[in-house]
Amino acid sequence: MNVRPRIFFGFDFAVVILVCLVTASSGAAQAKNPYAGDAKVAKLGEFEFRANCAFCHGLGARGGGRGPDLTRTPKKHGDSDADIFNTINNGVPGTAMPPNGATQQGVGMTEEELWQVVTYIRSVEKKASTVSGDANHGRELYYGSAACGTCHMFKGKGGRLGPDLTGAGTARSTEYLTESLRKPSRRLAQGIIEAMKEFTEEYETVNVVTNDGTKYQGTLLNEDSFTIQFMDMREQVHSFDKASLKSLQKSRESLMPAYDEKVLPDKDLQDVLAFLVGGGQGGVK
Amino acid sequence: MNAGKEPQNWLMYSGDYTGRRYSTLHEIDAANAGKLTPKWVYQTMAGGKFETTPLVVDGILYGTGQDDRAFALDARTGRPIWQYQRGLPGDIRPCCGRVNRGLAILGDKVFMGTLDSHVIALDTKTGNVLWDVSAVDYTKGYSFTLAPLVIKSLVLVGVSGGEYGIRGFIDAYDANTGEKKWRFYTIPGPGEPGNESWEGESWKIGGSPAWITGTYDAETNTTFWTTGNPSPSNRGEGRAGDNLYSNSLLALDPDTGKLKWHFQFTQHDEHDYDATQVPVMVDDGGKKLILQANRNGFFYVIDRTNGKLIRAESYAKVSWAKEKDANGRPVPAKEGLPTLEGNKVCPGAAGATNWMSPTYDQQTKLFYVTAREQCDIFSTAPQPYDAGHAYYGSAYFPNDDAAPFYGALRALDPNTGKIKWEWKHPSPTWSGVLSTAGGLVFTGDAEGNFIALDAASGKALWHFQCGASIYSSPMTYAIAGKQYVAVAAGSSLFTFGLP
Ligand code: HEC
Ligand code: HEC
Repeated sequence: MNVRPRIFFGFDFAVVILVCLVTASSGAAQAKNPYAGDAKVAKLGEFEFRANCAFCHGLGARGGGRGPDLTRTPKKHGDSDADIFNTINNGVPGTAMPPNGATQQGVGMTEEELWQVVTYIRSVEKKASTVSGDANHGRELYYGSAACGTCHMFKGKGGRLGPDLTGAGTARSTEYLTESLRKPSRRLAQGIIEAMKEFTEEYETVNVVTNDGTKYQGTLLNEDSFTIQFMDMREQVHSFDKASLKSLQKSRESLMPAYDEKVLPDKDLQDVLAFLVGGGQGGVK
Repeated sequence: MNAGKEPQNWLMYSGDYTGRRYSTLHEIDAANAGKLTPKWVYQTMAGGKFETTPLVVDGILYGTGQDDRAFALDARTGRPIWQYQRGLPGDIRPCCGRVNRGLAILGDKVFMGTLDSHVIALDTKTGNVLWDVSAVDYTKGYSFTLAPLVIKSLVLVGVSGGEYGIRGFIDAYDANTGEKKWRFYTIPGPGEPGNESWEGESWKIGGSPAWITGTYDAETNTTFWTTGNPSPSNRGEGRAGDNLYSNSLLALDPDTGKLKWHFQFTQHDEHDYDATQVPVMVDDGGKKLILQANRNGFFYVIDRTNGKLIRAESYAKVSWAKEKDANGRPVPAKEGLPTLEGNKVCPGAAGATNWMSPTYDQQTKLFYVTAREQCDIFSTAPQPYDAGHAYYGSAYFPNDDAAPFYGALRALDPNTGKIKWEWKHPSPTWSGVLSTAGGLVFTGDAEGNFIALDAASGKALWHFQCGASIYSSPMTYAIAGKQYVAVAAGSSLFTFGLP
């Protein structure tokens, strides 16, 4: 195998839709999984999963830096076997979830293999949802004292410095979300929970001093060898030729403050998570 | 074919038989490179990776595009003369995109390997198909993505498919008729030396594809080819042994396909460290060498008269090997093997470099290579073989700590293996490198820039934003004394020249 794209990831997707149509030709699957509950088939599905999916969804489908925890139920994009089949075959447009055959890592799966993967996902699912907080209170915190909303959009409302969190509750595991809050610098967001760009950039912190001495701090939007684009704390977008700057520093120290237990006690943290995972439902009265 | 006599033309994938991707053209040089401007752009209108290195013969440019397109253009204006697109069956099994890296040419024919594993000849003037032969059953996972190599009247191709448990081979076809003249299996069969390096029946599905174009030494009538990973790529269990001739350099007689000698870079590989990098022929004093910066992170200098290793030095971060054997070959370390839950290893699965071409500059006597600084988490798991289905034995994942993660163009001194200078890319790139007698090296990056650098110092002299990551190796040609530099990016072929 030879390729794993990072930048311009989305670029390869357009073509490969062709591929997926032919690999598992029926765009809409038959309604029933012919292998439902078959442990041997689930094992075959695990091979496929390791090769094609674990790259984003992690080993054991427990969620990785780039894809949600798939052991969780119910599934956001439909919870029947046929729904899951279709999600895998068609991808989730506008997100990093690629259509069948488009990952550039594995190869397109046949219909039979797709059912094997569905069977595997079913075999590792855990029924109970783990978040038990008060989503209403979570919403109050989000837009109130915890001030998440000053930096994060949620369903069209909020700031822009950090990633839009509308999809975060379903795209990320609760462990991941917890870590993002407690230790934001441990692993910087990669922009995959937002509408898919043709490239991915991490939310690195940028400190710039221009030739006339003006200082900016912000999050990286994009950069190449010669130029840099970033958003400053006042949500202004800048682009500079690197050679024209007095200084340019990038750091992996997140601009998000660490919310330790003093600032956001466990109970409140659970409430914020409940708000995010519930897709804001609980909070909208 | 003597490319040295006609520097205005680009006659084969690497420019000439040596694989140096070096041109004696020097109209564009370090003093004027800053003035380069686009001359024309040709759009294939196709998505996916555009990996071609076009050929130019007497003013006509011949290239290939995604989904097995081929085209001939007026190399001065970019205006199409003909276009061809193969009707590909729906069930082809390319591993890594519907790509093609280019054509070979002889007389009035250009030759192409296809994703449904045919070899075809097209008429240079019309693009009509002159012959079309099937090499092997593509539904088992075989395909062609490389540019063929013409030697005398034979067309040589190597097969892709190391992801499917194929049995790799290199074929030679009569350029006039398409008749198959010989096949060299890159995995020896029972009774042949090397077959004992495979456990049980594993040789039948042991991969070892040969998916990058070889080179040719006319003096000794030897063609050099390199091979890829043993299958399954991430799992050694079930194929105990060195797994010859996976990840190897092969010296073959081009007339018969007989093996003269081999050198294996990575024995019993479990990291997908394909050796499919162009084996570059260099003569240094009295020494006849092959230089290869390998995907496994080592820069090898090999005596091309006998396949003996002269030196292997790392040119990127390496953790899979800690020691060298008595012959100086790096050997896999226990700590670097994939595990069920995953183990961080450098270089990552895409390698310290990959198929993108390096270049050897005859003036600076330096070897320039695209280095990828990246580690991955490698996992392994048992997987049954199922013909035509992906056969990896698990997978790899990006390293969560995200470090290192960058690319670099590195100038290596073949005499010491030391890095003379480097140009850092923000992220690892898939662009190859071209050097010219104008004192320049050209390369591209994943951010879309095509860049000209001073070959001696590594200073960037010029760049152009192509708008898409570069997944190809640049080339150069001239028409009526005016030099052009061309590179594929996105769905476009860009050419540049002086105003
Ligand atoms: C490049 C990363 C990536 C790869 C590779 C990938 N996914 Fe996904 N997947 C995602 C992301 C991101 C989402 C969340 C989409 C969203 O925002 O709803 C997702 C969502 C899903 C969902 C929907 C979950 C739900 O709650 O509805 C399923 C099912 C799924 N993926 C299965 C797979 C399978 C099976 C594979 C391998 C064949 C795979 N994915 C490969 C990134 C990936
Ligand atoms: C000062 C601005 C700021 C505030 C306030 C803030 N964040 Fe962030 N947040 C960021 C930035 C910038 C990032 C991206 C860098 C990173 O991953 O740490 C981020 C990342 C995240 C991520 C990771 C997303 C991903 O895809 O990996 C989550 C989750 C998150 N924030 C949740 C919250 C919540 C919940 C709050 C309130 C309790 C909050 N943030 C408050 C700026 C902020």
